[in-house]
Amino acid sequence: MFTNFKRIFNSGWRNFKRQSGFSLATIVIMTMIVSLATLVFLLQKTSQSLIEDLEASVDLRVYFEEDLSTEELMDIREELARVPEIKSVEYVSREEALHGFTARHKDNPVIMESLEEVGTNPFLASLNINAWEPAYYGSIAGFLENSAFSEIITKIDYTQKAPAIERLFSITSAISQAGLILGLVLVLVVMIIIFNTARLAIYNSKEEIEIMRLVGASNWFIRGPFLVQGVLCGLLATLIALLLFSGILYYISPKLEVLSPGLNVFAFFINNLFIILGIQLLAGVGLGILSSALAVRKYLRV
Amino acid sequence: MISFRNVTKIYQTGSQPIVAIEDVCFEVKEGEFVSIVGRSGAGKTTLLKLLLAEEKPNKGSIFFEEQDIHRAKSGTISHFRRRLGAIFQDYKLLPHKTTFENIAYIMEVMGHSKEEVLANVPEVLELVGLTERANNFPKELSGGEKQRAAIARALIHKPKVILADEPTGNLDPYHTRDIIKLLDTINQMGTVVILATHNKNIINKLGKRVITLEEGKIVRDEERGRFIL
Repeated sequence: MFTNFKRIFNSGWRNFKRQSGFSLATIVIMTMIVSLATLVFLLQKTSQSLIEDLEASVDLRVYFEEDLSTEELMDIREELARVPEIKSVEYVSREEALHGFTARHKDNPVIMESLEEVGTNPFLASLNINAWEPAYYGSIAGFLENSAFSEIITKIDYTQKAPAIERLFSITSAISQAGLILGLVLVLVVMIIIFNTARLAIYNSKEEIEIMRLVGASNWFIRGPFLVQGVLCGLLATLIALLLFSGILYYISPKLEVLSPGLNVFAFFINNLFIILGIQLLAGVGLGILSSALAVRKYLRV
Repeated sequence: MISFRNVTKIYQTGSQPIVAIEDVCFEVKEGEFVSIVGRSGAGKTTLLKLLLAEEKPNKGSIFFEEQDIHRAKSGTISHFRRRLGAIFQDYKLLPHKTTFENIAYIMEVMGHSKEEVLANVPEVLELVGLTERANNFPKELSGGEKQRAAIARALIHKPKVILADEPTGNLDPYHTRDIIKLLDTINQMGTVVILATHNKNIINKLGKRVITLEEGKIVRDEERGRFIL
């Protein structure tokens, strides 16, 4: 048993070395597929984190009557936090609102002068609501308008923000739809490549398999070396793709960070190295096994 | 030892079926050297393919040591083939293995130890005169050398029967004489040899049993036959 295993492995290794041209062609194809799989994973994960960032930056502000006490507002806040669609509620006092405004506009003398002319703090206390999904903001706004506190609410800025929120919603759903379509196209491409790789392998090994059968080799003794060869190609393709991605991401990550602050693709790559390696091995080695098995199967029918 | 019983083989290619072998009956006893002769297309190769279980007969059955080889389970066909040695006109050597590895392959298939392989392969290589070519690949060998390597492969596991399909078809008269001499020697050591050929000189010189095929039928089966068509 062990002798057979060793013989199969040695034979596969020898074939891999001796058929270097064929091995190289297979490795190139597999590297492309492993890279595609990695790319899909990275795109999906980074677009997901981009969407999350965008979603977090959108909120719904509810302004309340001037004479409401902080305690009353905190009670309302607690009640709102229990609504299932709401992710978080943040209380912003009148002072904090003024402070935030002056900090934002301190370089604009016209605005600062007009603020001084008002004399008092013109800002109202507000609750800033974050929903789990952009789609929930409409229903949350509707809920507030019809709730028991509608009397003490002076303004819900949903109507002002609605177009922006809806646009964000359509963008995020477009991104996930595009991701799905891209994924499907990639799956199709990969299938076509697999069958062509298998066909290449078939042309290459048809005669050999026939000879092995005629001299009485068992099916596993024939299949084994081809599988070993496929796995070796897959492993090498994985290694190449891993190095390729490390290099490219290290180089372009700072450039991408300009596009969206806080997006560090290289750090993400390193942090998820084991998952990515797993995906790559699955794609590379899986493909190697699948294509060799497909190639051999056709000629193994005794 | 080997027995063909009313064997018919029809190929269904194109619009018209081709009858390759029709109602063939014969027996081969232990230690025999049987030549099968006939024109191209007479059915010689089909006969050997049936015996090697490469093709299935449409009618009749073929027995090897009391076992119907086409009734065997598909998993056991490889085991059956290991009891034969086959030599082909186009050599059928594994292109990515050296001469040594090609011959050792059968022993590996049969599960022999590394020590046995290292002891037996050089011996057989010497018998066929290929010691110097052990580490060459098939593409680096001449036609005669390839055929000798193929014979070495057919011999290495000491099969009871050697099937040779036009083994001299691609060789010059000098190499042809060598190969036939080798097959004769193997036969004298007790191995059954079944040789398919259309080389008149070989048959007439051998003076052994000759089965003559014509359009898939046996027209002559003589103990000390001559090549007559």
